[in-house]
Amino acid sequence: MTEIGLGHYLTFSAIIFSIGVIGIFLNRKNIIVILMNIELLLLGVNINLVSFSIFLNDLSGQIFTLFILTVAAAEAAIGLAIIVIYYRKTGTIRVEDINSLKG
Amino acid sequence: MVAHSIFFYTFSLIAIVSAIMVTASKNTIHSVFFLILDFISISCLFIMIGAEFLGMIMLIVYVGAVAVLFLFVVMMLNVSKQTNTWFESKSGYEHIPIGMIISLIIFFELIIVVGGWKYKPELISASTIEMDQNITNTHSIGNVLYTEYIHLFQLSGMILLVAMIGAIVLTFRKRTGIKRQSYFLQISREESDGVELVDIKNNEGVKVDD
Repeated sequence: MTEIGLGHYLTFSAIIFSIGVIGIFLNRKNIIVILMNIELLLLGVNINLVSFSIFLNDLSGQIFTLFILTVAAAEAAIGLAIIVIYYRKTGTIRVEDINSLKG
Repeated sequence: MVAHSIFFYTFSLIAIVSAIMVTASKNTIHSVFFLILDFISISCLFIMIGAEFLGMIMLIVYVGAVAVLFLFVVMMLNVSKQTNTWFESKSGYEHIPIGMIISLIIFFELIIVVGGWKYKPELISASTIEMDQNITNTHSIGNVLYTEYIHLFQLSGMILLVAMIGAIVLTFRKRTGIKRQSYFLQISREESDGVELVDIKNNEGVKVDD
């Protein structure tokens, strides 16, 4: 219990990842919260990569985490821009009301 | 070792609770704040297990840039006006059990993978980039990032550039009725059509109306 190994970190990242998935499914408020949950998913993946990198003594995982960080920042910027123009056009970003694709 | 486990459980508990609160809190601003708390505690975990550079980069990129971007958008869009119906849907509640089941299946799959695996001995010897214990984490990342991963590094810079241009193009709009700077008119203005020289007789003053 007191020895923190790789399994602890992997379990922790699995919990964060699953919370992100639950948030995407359960959310009925607005799309911004869904974007935040996508950030949580990427965060869980990052924890996974970093813990493997540390415990296997291989630096590649941290390099990949750096690139995932870049992509996450770009994705957040683009997603928020899309949300802003959608709100400007329709006046709502509720998940319920966005049904113009009839999904 | 005890301190390590105490810190691990503290930070991971804070991170998990705040990750739940990101979805569960009724106010979107509170969701953003819980997201910031989540990022901070996970970057503390990164620093604790020895990835200092990534922990600090997480603080700078996520808390400094992404979370502030979220806050700006939440404030701009006035989402508090839209009354928060928590998890409610016009079509009832049937999305909740489906979402829970899928997420739990994903979670248990990940746990099974974690619980059942062992190191292959070749795996450790096959690792290409060994970490040197004598130099710092930041130093070793810099040694690798600018030599072996230079092309990927520059490609990630291109991704950021494309994202920046895309965000500007998406949110840009031309407004009518405001004065804009016209560079062509400004540069092509000449002395002859801007300044007029008038000869004035002595001791007679100047009439402005002329």
